[in-house]
Amino acid sequence: MVRRIAGLLRAHLGRLLVAVSASVATELAALALMGTAAWLLARAAEQPPLAALSLAIVGVRAFATGRGVFRYAERLASHDAALRALATLRGRVYDALVPLAPSGLPAYRSSDLLSRMVSDVEAVQDLVVRVLVPVSTAVVVAGVAVGFSALVLPSAAVVLAAGLALAGLVVPLLMVAAARRTARRLAPARAELAAHHTDLLQGSADLAVFGATATALDEAERASERLARLERRTALTTALGGAAAMLVQGVTTVAVTVLALGARADGGLAGVMVPVVALVALIAFEPVLPLVPAVQRLLEARSALRRVLAVLDTPPPVAEPGDGALPAPSGPVSVALRGVSVRYPGATIDAVDGVDLSLTPGRRVAVVGASGSGKSTLLACLMRFIEPSAGTVLLNGADARRYDGDDVRAVITGVTQDAHLFHTSIRENLRVARPSASDDDLLAALQTARLRDWVESLPAGLDTMVGESGGQVSGGQRQRLALARALLADPPVVLLDEPTEGLDPRTADDLMTDLLASTRGRTTVVVTHRLAGLDAVDEIVVMDAGRVVQRGTHAELVAVDGPYQDLWWASRPALASE
Amino acid sequence: MDLPAPRRGRIGGVLLNRLARRLLAGLPAFRVITLAFTLLAVAAAVAILVQAELLARLLADGVLDGPSAGSVAGLLALLAGVFAVRAGLSWAQQALAQRAAASAKASLRRQVLRRTQELGPGWLSGQHTGGLTTTLGRGLDALDPWFTGYFPQLFLAAVIPLAVLVRIAAADLASAVIILVTLPLIPIFGVLVGMSTKRATERQWRALERLGGHFLDVVAGLPTLRAFGRAKAQAEQVRRIADEHRSATMRTLRIAFLSALVLELVATLSVALVAVPIGLRTLNGGMGLETALLVLLLAPEAYLPLRALGSQFHASTEGLAVAERCFTVVDADGGPAARVAAAEVDAVPDAAAGIRFENVTVRYPGRDEAALDDVSLAIAPGERVALVGPSGAGKSTLVNVLLGLVTPTSGRVLAGGADVASAEAESWRRQLAWVPQRPHLFARTVAENIRLGRPDATDDEVVRAATLAHADEFVARLPRGYETPLGERGAGLSAGQRQRIALARAFLRDAPLLLLDEPTAGLDAGSEAVVVEATARLMAGRTVLVVAHRPAMVLDAGRVVTLDHGRIAGPARAEVG
Repeated sequence: MVRRIAGLLRAHLGRLLVAVSASVATELAALALMGTAAWLLARAAEQPPLAALSLAIVGVRAFATGRGVFRYAERLASHDAALRALATLRGRVYDALVPLAPSGLPAYRSSDLLSRMVSDVEAVQDLVVRVLVPVSTAVVVAGVAVGFSALVLPSAAVVLAAGLALAGLVVPLLMVAAARRTARRLAPARAELAAHHTDLLQGSADLAVFGATATALDEAERASERLARLERRTALTTALGGAAAMLVQGVTTVAVTVLALGARADGGLAGVMVPVVALVALIAFEPVLPLVPAVQRLLEARSALRRVLAVLDTPPPVAEPGDGALPAPSGPVSVALRGVSVRYPGATIDAVDGVDLSLTPGRRVAVVGASGSGKSTLLACLMRFIEPSAGTVLLNGADARRYDGDDVRAVITGVTQDAHLFHTSIRENLRVARPSASDDDLLAALQTARLRDWVESLPAGLDTMVGESGGQVSGGQRQRLALARALLADPPVVLLDEPTEGLDPRTADDLMTDLLASTRGRTTVVVTHRLAGLDAVDEIVVMDAGRVVQRGTHAELVAVDGPYQDLWWASRPALASE
Repeated sequence: MDLPAPRRGRIGGVLLNRLARRLLAGLPAFRVITLAFTLLAVAAAVAILVQAELLARLLADGVLDGPSAGSVAGLLALLAGVFAVRAGLSWAQQALAQRAAASAKASLRRQVLRRTQELGPGWLSGQHTGGLTTTLGRGLDALDPWFTGYFPQLFLAAVIPLAVLVRIAAADLASAVIILVTLPLIPIFGVLVGMSTKRATERQWRALERLGGHFLDVVAGLPTLRAFGRAKAQAEQVRRIADEHRSATMRTLRIAFLSALVLELVATLSVALVAVPIGLRTLNGGMGLETALLVLLLAPEAYLPLRALGSQFHASTEGLAVAERCFTVVDADGGPAARVAAAEVDAVPDAAAGIRFENVTVRYPGRDEAALDDVSLAIAPGERVALVGPSGAGKSTLVNVLLGLVTPTSGRVLAGGADVASAEAESWRRQLAWVPQRPHLFARTVAENIRLGRPDATDDEVVRAATLAHADEFVARLPRGYETPLGERGAGLSAGQRQRIALARAFLRDAPLLLLDEPTAGLDAGSEAVVVEATARLMAGRTVLVVAHRPAMVLDAGRVVTLDHGRIAGPARAEVG
């Protein structure tokens, strides 16, 4: 792992060196400021001519100014290096994600995981600014201080080196061990507390109705208090690190002073150098003391970067054919599924289990079923986002595995699950599907999705910003934009995954009707849990636990006992009341 | 890393803003902690003075007389002792601060959780509960830097510069004047530079936020980009925007770090301003070396606490942002309207005496259409009513009104002549049992999950209820039977098994009014038959309102009520087609 992170940072080595140099210069200026000032006072006490002090006076002023300027340069250089490293890592992660999204990575099933992954990538900044630069600085400054002492008083150098190693290496390592032990002790208490939180936040209705809220709150508070008690107890040890390093600093300073006084008495050291040696020892610890918290940062950044590297190493769920790929399919496209099963890595059962499906040009198929019945996996398989573990997908008679994935998606695409609106203009969002589209093309697609009037009523029209933080777009408009985008792409085979998800019932039924009207005569697969308008499709496939449990036209299915009839009955009160 | 953000500007300004004061007010031992931090700061100031005193004496002697280490052994031992005391003080301060942080986090958790339960399931369903769980867990740890860094530093910054200044004044008035003049420059420049950088960063903020958020946007949209064959084309843009983000950030940082530059310069130049004159005065014999060294050693100590305060403040803003998120929940409006005091309730609603909805309307904030629109409905004691209608027609809202989870915007629900909403929720709900479509299984044992509505039930009663619900047969096969933990920590149960646990809950509750969201929806054929059978047994002899999803359930009902767009669309028969 260290080697890979180093490889990542190598491109920015020059800037990192600038940052470390500026940081070292800052700390050395502080060291030199106190050393020179101490020398100035000691020498002045010997009452030499003023000229003997002038260089020291200049030095004191220069080091005082230098420290501030170097600090500023260090801040800028280290942040610049960190941001460059971040940009590089983002590029790499993006490249790695391209073949993984959405079926190859669990993060794509949870928005929380996805944002955690993105903030994990940002840990590289902490690694540079809060770990690499301070640690390198401490090492160099400690080396210079020890080297200086060795020239003036070798015995003091030995003591100082030992003290710095103790405070900068041994204490932080002990703290890492202590932090690990603490984390292990706290982990069960944290897990228990999280379980209580989930129960209270997701089971609040069950608790309220059964009168168990007060008890559950008390239990959660007891768990919270248990965690707090553990944290309070561990505080006594975790606070030791900083104090121990300070103690080493004090003991080292006293020891160096003893040595300096001894050498002065023996005549081995000039009197003026006594305060210099002692204060250099005291101040050399300043960049070393922050290593205790820096090590904590390192641990956090390391686990984040380890998760990022795991993403970089995730194998793509689909193998591309490479040079032997068939030319992109052309002309009318027909698709056939023959006994297709899909099993996700690590799963014990198939998400899709032996499904047959035939999509001849112009045929429209609806897939219905409860959530988790394998509908979306089926579409992912058609789009070659995931490979069947058994059976074959045939595209114009040839195994789809022999086509390049992008060529398959050029002819089979549409509204995917959780279709994303990017934080940009409506125009750019639509052009994702067809970058060359003119405004007239866009308006035509919006017209079909029954969104043109709304867009034209907006003050900024097609330039209106939408997306995660573009609040003014309702759920229905969001879905219709996704639909307009799919219509603009105009693929030979249109896939529509839950296009009415999250809409209120009236809007959902309206949109479904529009959808079916706009895809007439076009090869279409629509996944839905609303049955309005399904009498217009050629075939309905009912899925349950990955298997096809019923198939036929609406008229056939509604006439027989079974899950489709139940769904139909529950969704049509008017019919039930006839 | 120190990215500028307007949030910091808003939180900043005063040493302890409203948010921080509220955070401290939640500490049980606030006064004790304040007193302890004050005493620790005073002790630290004394230790700093004594340390400088001893060092100055030792080093001055070393320059002038060259005493043997043995002859000053007493002073050296004292110096070592002072270093040990300073380390001990730092330990005590950190330990105390971490303990305070642990207590404050527990207090925030308690406040937030209590408020979420008052706000109720209706409010929670509109929240991102996963995010809230994270905030209450790891998220609150962001408060640690505030408690261990900024807060104790406040006390040090209040005490140490003053003590140092007084000691220097006693030793050399001229140096004290220099420090007294330059010391206030730190907060003054801090605020001035802070204000000007705030304006600069606010101008850039939107651009920075957009560029910074671009990566998450593109990563989240990658499935869409792939669907349209645009993923590879975006790779170049990801790199370009990341680079733009860098240069925009650096533009603001160049200004933001000016404050660090100015503060650093004030502090170090002041030391130089002090050191050079005392050096010259030592040269003409106007000042002893010991005094000169004392002033030199103490001068930086006057500036250090104030500079540290500034950087600690920046390191602790994330924690305050988390605290703010928590307080947003604590202060949230919503939840069922406050009930009238128990004393004003003249009649207690009686579920066994029949239910009557009188012109009940429910509007949710931010929705155009009423969820329930002037619904009137009477359910006789012992009657079985099936509720049907398409999803979104208002079936769940009607059940939630009866459960007391949703308060009608207008109209009322009477049970035995008394308004359900005016009764104490607990006393009303004690008369009903509920089987939701997706029951929540708690992170407790099977037995405790079944006991949810009757904690005092005996083991035999639990087993009997489970048997009636057809749950006993699979519970007995679990590794630890009724003591098997469920939920997040425990064994995964199938949807059908979860339903049977929920039915057992309702059997054990044994209430006169039963509310069911038809428990067979979405079950595999194997589970369905047993659940149907158990449900039928549960309904016997009770007043029942069931949300039906299949014709079979309606056939069992005495009456069918159809809801459409929040209105009752008339009685319905159970036939299909």
